[in-house]
Amino acid sequence: MQTIDELLGEIDVFRGLGDEHLDLIAGCAQNRVFGEGEPLLSENEQANTFFAIRHGTVALETYVPQRGAVMIETLHGGDVLGWSWLFPPYRTMFDARALGVVRTVAFDGACLREKCEQDPQLGYVLMKRFAEVMVERLQATRLRLLDVYGQVPGR
Amino acid sequence: MVPIPYRVVRRRRETHDSWTLELEPHDGASVQPFAPGQFAMLYAFGKGEVPISVSALPLVHTIRAVGVVSTALCDARKGDVLGVRGPFGTAWPVEAAEGADVAVLTGGIGLAPLRPVVHHLLANRERYGRVVVLYGGRSPAELLYTAELERWRGRFDVQVEVAVDQAGADWRGRVGVVTTLVPRADFDPAHTVAMICGPEVMMRFAVAALQDRGVPAEAIHVSLERSMKCAIRLCGHCQLGPEFICHDGPVFPWDRVEPLLRVREL
Amino acid sequence: MAQAAIDRAGLDDLFGVLVRRGYTLVGPTVRDRAIMLEELDSTAELPAGWTDVQEGGTYRLARRDDDALFGHNAGPNSWKSFLFPSELRIWTARQSADGGLEVTEDDTPAPRYAFIGVRSCDLHAIDVQDKVFLDGGYVDQDYRRRREGAFIVAVNCGQAAATCFCVSMDTGPKATSGYDLALTEVLDDGGHSFVVEVGSERGAEVLAELTHREAAAAELRAAERAIENAATGQTRSIDTDGIKDLLYRNREHPRWDDVADRCLTCGNCTMVCPTCFCHTVEDVTDLAGEEAERTRLWDSCFTLDHSYIHGGSVHGSTKARYRQWMTHKLATWIDQFGTSGCVGCGRCIAWCPVAIDITEEAAAIRATDLVAEAERNTHADDR
Repeated sequence: MQTIDELLGEIDVFRGLGDEHLDLIAGCAQNRVFGEGEPLLSENEQANTFFAIRHGTVALETYVPQRGAVMIETLHGGDVLGWSWLFPPYRTMFDARALGVVRTVAFDGACLREKCEQDPQLGYVLMKRFAEVMVERLQATRLRLLDVYGQVPGR
Repeated sequence: MVPIPYRVVRRRRETHDSWTLELEPHDGASVQPFAPGQFAMLYAFGKGEVPISVSALPLVHTIRAVGVVSTALCDARKGDVLGVRGPFGTAWPVEAAEGADVAVLTGGIGLAPLRPVVHHLLANRERYGRVVVLYGGRSPAELLYTAELERWRGRFDVQVEVAVDQAGADWRGRVGVVTTLVPRADFDPAHTVAMICGPEVMMRFAVAALQDRGVPAEAIHVSLERSMKCAIRLCGHCQLGPEFICHDGPVFPWDRVEPLLRVREL
Repeated sequence: MAQAAIDRAGLDDLFGVLVRRGYTLVGPTVRDRAIMLEELDSTAELPAGWTDVQEGGTYRLARRDDDALFGHNAGPNSWKSFLFPSELRIWTARQSADGGLEVTEDDTPAPRYAFIGVRSCDLHAIDVQDKVFLDGGYVDQDYRRRREGAFIVAVNCGQAAATCFCVSMDTGPKATSGYDLALTEVLDDGGHSFVVEVGSERGAEVLAELTHREAAAAELRAAERAIENAATGQTRSIDTDGIKDLLYRNREHPRWDDVADRCLTCGNCTMVCPTCFCHTVEDVTDLAGEEAERTRLWDSCFTLDHSYIHGGSVHGSTKARYRQWMTHKLATWIDQFGTSGCVGCGRCIAWCPVAIDITEEAAAIRATDLVAEAERNTHADDR
């Protein structure tokens, strides 16, 4: 059975952080497992929790009247789920649902935010790492916006 | 060069706007054998010709109905006779890739010209290292060859990953752009031959993702498209700078065409 | 072997010999206020006493003060109209009784042409098109049949139009090869004659059937002076030194936007150009839908259709299309076929309705070469 510290070492977004910072983060972390269909996040709530997905598939979706739940994106082992905890107004934008069994390390975002205020160095490092994640997601989303496979591309 | 009569022996609908036609010689005359990556000019009687890559050997074509001729071809029933000219163009470097890992990266109808490569790789599996197929589509309903993809996926010696741009709640696969499949795909960038086919925009970003992982430009091959009329380097339509896509392509090593594709409207 | 010469009457004999040998004569004649290349019946149809006055966007005929038959330069059409006709049916198809497809290639033999009055620039243009249609990897059979059958009587120019620049393209004014016979017209106080050069066995055989004599020294001098006159009279030029790389590295040069403001994409240049070879095919059926045919037609890279693929044209803007034409003509042609595509005939300059001048555009890009400029700026920073 791995300790939280060992698990953190495997998570991409925290890779290479110093032991001091890892300890601070570990203090806000715990193992959580979700079963088929269980929600990880719900739209428009206080964003106090974020997840590092260790294994499994999570569907990021939103409910559109007459269309039902529309999938925005799927996230997988190695991905981070949730960044609204880091930016005001700290509210979630989408639903996140487990497709099958999902193993995660869950983080208390409010707790980690407080630690970042106390330790700006930790805050800066996390800001940088999460910014990288967001940039990657933004680029990917922009590519999907192009609708390149459409009958007449873009139309 | 005149079209040779070929008969449709099997017709299969792939998606709402694409069909796969299996062709056989109608009255004895036949074309030379095709290699994966090459294309034929398919003639629909009285309507015209369009360039279509071979999507399985000896002569199977997957066609998307986007214009008058392609729609007429997609309407062809079993027993109908079409005209075929070919084979034309350059082939995917399946021989040169022997001994290396192979990454096949495609989007949309781009899987069609690369399917014969996967057939070749699987039929000669021991000659290659790791084999990875990364396939992106608009939505689950617009994926080609789903049954075949599942069979490939079921093997123990191929990695197959599929991602779609959009999906409904009943899709349990990946939703995301196909380039996101590159970082974690199982191949060694230093010893990989990558073959990419899809909309040009998708190919550009796919190449960037591969290069981010360290695959050198000369090991990446793309299949390009331009307006084609004669397919025999005489009519001037398919030029990309000095390259005639019908003759010097459609398959090109990336380092050769990158400087040309960088120029807008070339 | 001493140079031969024939008199004015000898030209009539030449026509006669060629006709007897089964050739259809094609040469210059006045029609529609221009000197056009047409089928000829006799030398009376040659444009005796006519010359052309050409400039950017201008072509006018003018009377000479003598009766020279070849005292003019390039008209709006070229020999490609006969070797590579603007419209050619290439095959017909029928759906047979068992649902099959019967395709019949059209191999109607073309007339055997004798081209009278081919200028050096046009000889080079024919050679350029040979490289496209015969040596490019696939052979166009119709072109090959026409080309092999063609008998070429070249004519050395005695004057240059203001639009000519064959000297700078190294394609004239003197015809040096590619002809069966080459004539230089001599018309002065001494009389009216033609110095004749033989370029092939076929040419020698034809000459042998004509009444001819040894050329007089004065005739030879006059011929030389005439050709000299054509060379020194040229006012335009293209500096071809490194022009391929020059255009390759200046694909984003602002001059393309400048010329795009003027260009109408009318395609005149591609029609009058003796080397332009872009063509398309048209498939049609009869009304009953039983017989289909495919026709080859001249096309132009200035049309939006030329680069159209699902949903849009790759060369959507005027800028992209003009750049395609000029870069192909002067640069990519070299990589594709081993020579420049331009022979300096100047037709595109005269027949452009807005007087775009390929020599001027090439010079403008060379003068403000983007890369050379960047290097100059770098060195400035070093100081």
